[in-house]
Amino acid sequence: MSLIYRLASRNLFQDRLRFVATIIGIVFSIVLVTIQLGLYLSFERMVTTMIDHAPADLWIVPLGTKCFEDPSLLDEHDRDHALSVQGVAEAIPVVIGFTQWTVPSGGTTPVFIIGSDASKTGLHPWNFVAGNLETLSTPHAVAVDRTYFGRLGITKIGDTTEIRDQKAQVTAITAGIRSFTTTPYVFTALEPAQVYMGSGPNKVSYFLINVSPKANIDHVRAQLLEHLSKVEVLTPDEFRDRSRSFWLFGTGAGAALFAGALLGIIVGTVIVAQTLYSSTKDHLIEFATLRAIGSSSVYIHKIIICQALLSATIGFSLAAAISLIIVKSTAETALPIVMTPELTAGLFLLTVFMCVASALSAIVQVIRIDPAKVFNQ
Amino acid sequence: MTCPVIEAIDIVKDLGKGAGQVQALKGISLSLTCGELILLMGPSGSGKTTLLSVLGCMLTPTSGTVRVLGQSTAGAGPGDLAKLRRDHIGFIFQSYHLFPTLSAVDNVRLALDIRGTAAEPALVRSKEVLSTVGLSHKINAFPHELSGGEQQRVAIARAIVGGASAILADEPTGALDSENGHAIMTKLAEIAKDHSRGVLVVTHDPRILPFANRIIRMEDGRSCLQAA
Repeated sequence: MSLIYRLASRNLFQDRLRFVATIIGIVFSIVLVTIQLGLYLSFERMVTTMIDHAPADLWIVPLGTKCFEDPSLLDEHDRDHALSVQGVAEAIPVVIGFTQWTVPSGGTTPVFIIGSDASKTGLHPWNFVAGNLETLSTPHAVAVDRTYFGRLGITKIGDTTEIRDQKAQVTAITAGIRSFTTTPYVFTALEPAQVYMGSGPNKVSYFLINVSPKANIDHVRAQLLEHLSKVEVLTPDEFRDRSRSFWLFGTGAGAALFAGALLGIIVGTVIVAQTLYSSTKDHLIEFATLRAIGSSSVYIHKIIICQALLSATIGFSLAAAISLIIVKSTAETALPIVMTPELTAGLFLLTVFMCVASALSAIVQVIRIDPAKVFNQ
Repeated sequence: MTCPVIEAIDIVKDLGKGAGQVQALKGISLSLTCGELILLMGPSGSGKTTLLSVLGCMLTPTSGTVRVLGQSTAGAGPGDLAKLRRDHIGFIFQSYHLFPTLSAVDNVRLALDIRGTAAEPALVRSKEVLSTVGLSHKINAFPHELSGGEQQRVAIARAIVGGASAILADEPTGALDSENGHAIMTKLAEIAKDHSRGVLVVTHDPRILPFANRIIRMEDGRSCLQAA
């Protein structure tokens, strides 16, 4: 084995306090970046979770809809127009919107209603941990996610409350259906949803369109736009993109997360650069000796980069372990942090890049060493 | 065979810039041949270290010619000069300049590692050379575990392990007592006697005069006396 690794590791570990400071810098930076990007991924998934779970080839949405949670209304008669288009097999009405849930203390908390006919295909809850979809066909039935028990003031199936002064009873409980807005989702059937929203019996928010097996989706879409006015017809991908764009960039939430991640990278880079620079400065006479005895610049750069890579590997390992604990501890909360294999690999590459970039200041310092310096020491 | 390993012809070296510029070497010429040990002596500020740096291809002369094994260094870049040092010149310093985090054998092996020699043969060769300087029993010792004389012997081993033709030593006995100084000079004289190398020693130490084949005295950037 070349002495490069030995020199690098011993230079690195010789001053333990400085080594610990380097590792803390890297860990702090990477954990911060992990949290920011993990939240971003989590938000990205949550923003489109309803679109992902809706059985639709196309969405008919009110003109100008910005995202899934944008509560505009369509006329239910549009369903008949949609069904008259050749190739449309189903046009499923869905009602959504914000309303007020009465908590046991007597106050109210905002909730987001999603109503769809429970006996047919539609936008229904999933991941049931108690009750089932059939129970939503009973009068006043609602399904909520257990994540929001505390917020809604309920503890079990059978608990009752009022939504916009109308009776509601929890008949099903789900796990992991969380809202980007942190406002709890409440699933119910179509008609109770219209009542809870006060939108009137002939108003809906969206139609989920399923086309016949042999129909051409683009053709159906064009026909729908011809037959309907003041609507847009979107593919699920288009609706996802629009929702992501609105929530993550239109509101500045995504930019804030990226800014936090960028700050983490900058802090980490500066800390690692400072410690590598200081380590190189301490070993300057050794690097001058290497140059004096004829070492190539590449050999010396390899030592410094090896130090940076060692720091990156050790720092990343610790940061990944801490991040995993954070990810696990937030898994059941309203704001889970997501860690994917791709994100982990990306963060490792980022750590390596950050540490190698940090080594540049040290390399510049070494480049300037006069080998004749060894005669004066 | 008395081939010149390093030749310096009419070397001028200016140091500093502007009003602070001084001419450290003023047209000095010198030739180091195989099988000889030259002592370069002179008062502080006479230009000995500057001349050593020029001969060792660490500084380029302002004018004049330096040849290493007949190859002129004129126009050579830092990378070319580093290669010349790596391949043909071994250095020994007053403060040894060993790597404190490496063992004796690794300090010696370093001179081969920078040449790209594979680890195993480099290790074998380094042990052999450490043995020739009488340190076969201390190959795994770290510099702080060695005496000054032992550290300087490790430095000698590092200088010769790659087969350098010229050994340039800067005050090699400066930090040693007379017994260790004598031992080091004996070793350097042995090295010079194998007729494949020339040794040039910069020194203030009059005790080592008997080891010299030639003595060059410098004063004010010039050679003022050469004695055989």
